[in-house]
Amino acid sequence: MSAPDASPTAVAGARQPGLPDARTLHTRYLLSLGDDALIYAQRLGEWLTHAPQIEEDMALGNVGLDLLGQARSLLTRAGEVEDAHPRRDEDALAMLRYEREFRNVHLVERPRGDFGQEMARMLWFASYQYELYTALLGSADPTLAGVAQKAVKEVAYHRDHATQWVLRLGDGTPESHARVQAGLEAVHPYVQELGEDFDAARWASEQGVGVLPSSLAASVNAYVGEVLEGATLAMPDEPRWHARGGREGVHSGAMGLLLAELQHIARSHPGATW
Amino acid sequence: MPSRTSDIGPTDLLGRVAQAVRAVPDPEIPVITIEDLGVIREVERVGDGLRVTITPTYSGCPAMRAMEEAVLDVGRRAGVPVEVVTRLSPAWTTDWMSEQGRESLRRFGIAPPTGERAHAAAGGPVGLTLQARQVTCPLCGSPDTEEIARFGSTACKALRRCLACREPFDEFKTI
Repeated sequence: MSAPDASPTAVAGARQPGLPDARTLHTRYLLSLGDDALIYAQRLGEWLTHAPQIEEDMALGNVGLDLLGQARSLLTRAGEVEDAHPRRDEDALAMLRYEREFRNVHLVERPRGDFGQEMARMLWFASYQYELYTALLGSADPTLAGVAQKAVKEVAYHRDHATQWVLRLGDGTPESHARVQAGLEAVHPYVQELGEDFDAARWASEQGVGVLPSSLAASVNAYVGEVLEGATLAMPDEPRWHARGGREGVHSGAMGLLLAELQHIARSHPGATW
Repeated sequence: MPSRTSDIGPTDLLGRVAQAVRAVPDPEIPVITIEDLGVIREVERVGDGLRVTITPTYSGCPAMRAMEEAVLDVGRRAGVPVEVVTRLSPAWTTDWMSEQGRESLRRFGIAPPTGERAHAAAGGPVGLTLQARQVTCPLCGSPDTEEIARFGSTACKALRRCLACREPFDEFKTI
């Protein structure tokens, strides 16, 4: 995750003419964080019964559950800030939005690869979330600060879990080393997007509500770099392309299938409860 | 951090309902009450009813919903309006678990949290080495135990085994 190039939009900032109002930007910022957590929770849930050992079924399921909990609080807050008529609650936001309304990064929507690749993805994502929530402890949005207080402990545990596995696999057999290295190469084009600023984050940072993703990149890189070194793995070269657009609702083909699975019960049986 | 009951006499109806609320068992670990677990922040009188403020343990813990339902059910059965409010800040920590709660866990065969938080709220160091942390076996008392899995049967537990008595056991994670 390296700092993005200076772009014209970065200079224009939140006072750019035609930019949405504060309520919309605040909502979008919360949705970005909540959607990252929700979509990665869904991907992690896919590992249940597919992990290399039953303890890992439990672990990936539990990490997903923590993320789902974070998503619930963040989406609930997004619905409050948005204040639509009628108001959208966590279920409406998770289950009834269309693909273009989701603001998660591409990293979390990628189909799962092998276990080595999942640990590579989790190492990057949990390291990013750890820096993010640490920075949000002092958010001017009291709900966001409260979510961060709880979540920072959870993601520290996720980051540690991924760290232990990357160390073990990287410094393990030639096969495990090769596969986790291949996993790192596979996710690398998706990492930079985590550290890219977007309009809602610029607004949130100016208001003390949120934090610029670019300000987290150096710490995230340093942590992952240290783990890779300890694991005898190589940081992949700068990729020739990288994913972009997730924060504006532009997603990959994988996203539609993911949402179909996530949403189909809620859409097939509107208002159903148990 | 002990919870507070404000403006309620201990023997009147609201006082008895407040006591019953505090005594609601954890749905996943029924040997410990939600009071001993440390999730109840406040029980206050609001008009003719009670407002119960709780702080969730883990963001995604499915038991939180069950606890809320159980608290509301106490009110329904007593004919007292009860509302449950969630307070996120300050975040729940195992430091809030009572001594009695820890003892109940131990007797049930779950190693209680050790009291030192694994990760101080922010900036807690995460070791790059495999962890060697001492947890005492709740069954035989031996300190000679090892971790089997960092994630156990619920969000709040890890799985260990005792090298002395050879029994596996759950550990309540310290957060």
